[in-house]
Amino acid sequence: MPNDSKTFRIVGQNKEKVDARGILRGKPVYTEDFYPRDALIVKVVHSPYAHALITRIDKSAALDIPGVVEILTYEDVPRIPYTRAGQGYPEPSPYDTVLLDHKMRFVGDTAALVIAENERAARMGVKALKIDYEVLEPVLDFEKSMSPSAPIIHDQKDSKGIYEPSRNIASHYETTIGDVEGLLARSPVQIEATYYYPKSQQVALENHCTYAYLDPQERLTLVSSTQVPFHGRRILSKILQTPPGKIRVIKPRIGSGFGSKQGLFTEGYAALACLKTGKPVCLSFNREETFTCTYTRHDMRVTVRLGAELDGRLNVIDMYSLSNTGAYGDHALTVAMGCGSKTLPLYNKVKAVRFVTDIVYTNLPNAGAYRGYGAPQGLLALDGALDELAARLNRDPLEIKAINSIREGETSPIFQIMGEGREGVPQIAASCKLGECIEIGKVAFDWAKKRKNAGWDRRTVDTVRGVGCALAMQGSGIAKVDMASATLKMNDDGTFNLLVGATDLGTGSDTILSQIAAEALGIPVENIIVYSSDTDMTPFDVGAYASSTTYVSGNAVLDAANKVKASIRRAAAALFEIDEELVEVTDGCVKNLQNGKTLTFAELCTLCFYGANQHQICETGSYVGDESPIPFMATFIEVEIDLKTGKITPIETLSVVDCGTALNPALAEGQVKGATLQALGTALFEELKFSETGKPINASLFRYKILDRSSFGKVTALLAESYEPTGPFGAKSVSEIGINTPTVALLNAVYHATGIRFHRLPLAPQTVFNALKGKA
Amino acid sequence: MEIRVNVNGVEKRWNVEPSELLVDVLRDNGYKSVKKGCGSADCGTCTVLVDGRAVLSCSVFAASVSGKTIETLEGLGTDQQLHPIQQAFLDAAAFQCGFCAPGLIMATKELLEKEPALTEDQIRHELSGNLCRCSGYENQVKAISGLMDKKREGA
Ligand code: FES
Ligand code: FES
Repeated sequence: MPNDSKTFRIVGQNKEKVDARGILRGKPVYTEDFYPRDALIVKVVHSPYAHALITRIDKSAALDIPGVVEILTYEDVPRIPYTRAGQGYPEPSPYDTVLLDHKMRFVGDTAALVIAENERAARMGVKALKIDYEVLEPVLDFEKSMSPSAPIIHDQKDSKGIYEPSRNIASHYETTIGDVEGLLARSPVQIEATYYYPKSQQVALENHCTYAYLDPQERLTLVSSTQVPFHGRRILSKILQTPPGKIRVIKPRIGSGFGSKQGLFTEGYAALACLKTGKPVCLSFNREETFTCTYTRHDMRVTVRLGAELDGRLNVIDMYSLSNTGAYGDHALTVAMGCGSKTLPLYNKVKAVRFVTDIVYTNLPNAGAYRGYGAPQGLLALDGALDELAARLNRDPLEIKAINSIREGETSPIFQIMGEGREGVPQIAASCKLGECIEIGKVAFDWAKKRKNAGWDRRTVDTVRGVGCALAMQGSGIAKVDMASATLKMNDDGTFNLLVGATDLGTGSDTILSQIAAEALGIPVENIIVYSSDTDMTPFDVGAYASSTTYVSGNAVLDAANKVKASIRRAAAALFEIDEELVEVTDGCVKNLQNGKTLTFAELCTLCFYGANQHQICETGSYVGDESPIPFMATFIEVEIDLKTGKITPIETLSVVDCGTALNPALAEGQVKGATLQALGTALFEELKFSETGKPINASLFRYKILDRSSFGKVTALLAESYEPTGPFGAKSVSEIGINTPTVALLNAVYHATGIRFHRLPLAPQTVFNALKGKA
Repeated sequence: MEIRVNVNGVEKRWNVEPSELLVDVLRDNGYKSVKKGCGSADCGTCTVLVDGRAVLSCSVFAASVSGKTIETLEGLGTDQQLHPIQQAFLDAAAFQCGFCAPGLIMATKELLEKEPALTEDQIRHELSGNLCRCSGYENQVKAISGLMDKKREGA
């Protein structure tokens, strides 16, 4: 089989993104570009209170406004508990949400929908709608959510799957392997450290938006900026009490998502408005709504306890995370489990390990999926604690992390114990070039020299420099849960339609999936016509999340390609009237090995359409991973701190990644670099902030800020050579891992520079300055 | 009120409300390349050229551009022949989701005409208002720097 040969023709090349030309020409490609001109406008009326009950609604003034068509509130819809999280069914997230509720759980929660003929009328309708509230005391500090005196956020009776509503605990999980306390007590070196990861936001540049219409057969059709069209259809079917067959969800190009579009926000409201009015409707969130009414990162407090020998070898890791899921429990359990399951196996040489997590509600915007999915929070504490261990032992932190970390062929019991909200699957790191990542990075970054030349003793009058490192892992899809499928249909010019449920949200997955199909079929990538994610037209795929597309969807494409190749062989054998073994399928041709006669794919397919043995060559492949191969990464960072202001400037960030075969190296590097910047932003300033009544105070790009192109120094991504035996042409995932390390690596670098160990991100200049003042 | 504008070389007369923003009017009239990432002059995705100058179309009233010449990404290149800026970005694999592309390309066009001899650091500074959340910026900057080199060699 050429599938495990490591010389490729199309895979491994920087093929042009299949959608690049359309995007560069400014063609209409995103959801909002397709809004029908006559569509009604839907606007959400947001709760001004963090915790409140709607006591009275008076629609009359709003309905009097010319152009206002309809107003919908909880009185107009049935109460059907569900979760907006787009996850495999049954979802591990609690069913604690209803489409329109009478209880408001954060500032920005949906109180009502106004549907109007135009933007102006819709806005006036929102202003004119009279809603009376009974204001309740909010819970805004997640460290106090579980306290007996805290008000209960989810006191409704019809929710399902909330762990302990009376204590505001959405979910809880714990697992222990070995004698944790005993080993801790017996370890000569013990470290205990608590870190805080902030509530950052994905900030996809395209805001969330959906339009909905009834097709001529009265089927509800949604075009939406979603990462999860198939989950979306399933969830909408449930809450709208409409059979899935009567719903179609189409995903056009997406202006990225990073997880925030792995939940249903605009979709449910647009669909409801469309069904109620029978008219096409559109609903676009503005930037503030995208900040506060979609998902954020789960902010967490993570405590790690380490027990180690004097030579730095770890005996035991104990991790506890308290996670803030905000008003609703979307992705609550699974993100918090990721905190442990996507970090602890890195340090697999321990004799005991414990992971416990509580995920609590607060009256703040909903946390949910965000690139990294718990790993960045867990790693902040785990890697930070290891850095503290190295400092205690007066050793190079890179060395301490390296000697304890996992190597190829090894395993960790965590794999089997912790899966996605449930048990995991046992697996061996069949491809693991973490050691190589460390070595390559060490040399490329010049770690030893930079480390020697930096630090507090080497400061100048104005500045001090420091270096930090961190190691990371991720998964590639969710083993035994995530399923993807792909259809390949042959055309009479030798091209193939590749229909995939996989959801390219800007990552380039349409391109790499095309490369996989082209490689397997031995044809140019231009001969693959890819169409992704339309629940009517493409086969099922869970969607774009959990770093699943390359591995899971990629394997589905490979399966389809192998099947289609077999069909081609069969068709050719019938035409040539020979045995199938005597047919060679290569380079877009079939060859009769008996007489050397060849037909091109175009000729063969034309014959299949119009000549003998007439049939359509078309195959569907599916894949569900038995395991979730792990990409690995080592990151090195150098920072400079302005001693007069406390401002931290990243000088250089270098990551070396083992993602298996990089199917398209330019796209793979792009994933790592983009993720690096998101992480650096979080380390330096990204955090949603709230007033003491729970009102967001920086929900705009101006106030929240993301890194612009002028302010982050040099960022390099290198790819270590690696081959994952179960991956499509050796590939593993690469989309998330890049965000895990830079935060903690930067924090470690600040320690190296100043000797001050911070335990809370982001590191605002004022914070650093104050700490430096304390030092002097 | 009626405004007259020349958009990508074509004369247009549009009826607009005094309060309407240029970004909305352009999009309503089919220039969908113009994106609205924030609506508050903070992201650069709505950048168009007005009389050759890069302008955030979410921060100007349509009424104020009457009589002027507007360029949007729709006016650049053809399906057969990309504009050199588009080609450079394509060759550099400069975008992922591409939502930032229209604004950045228009801002680049102005910069190339105004100040074609900048260092990479200066480019980063000049175009810092055009945000991108996906790409890590580097390939974009390299592409622009390459365009400047070419322009100088050609000059
Ligand atoms: S939409 Fe104009 S700057 Fe963001
Ligand atoms: S490529 Fe997505 S915002 Fe720039």
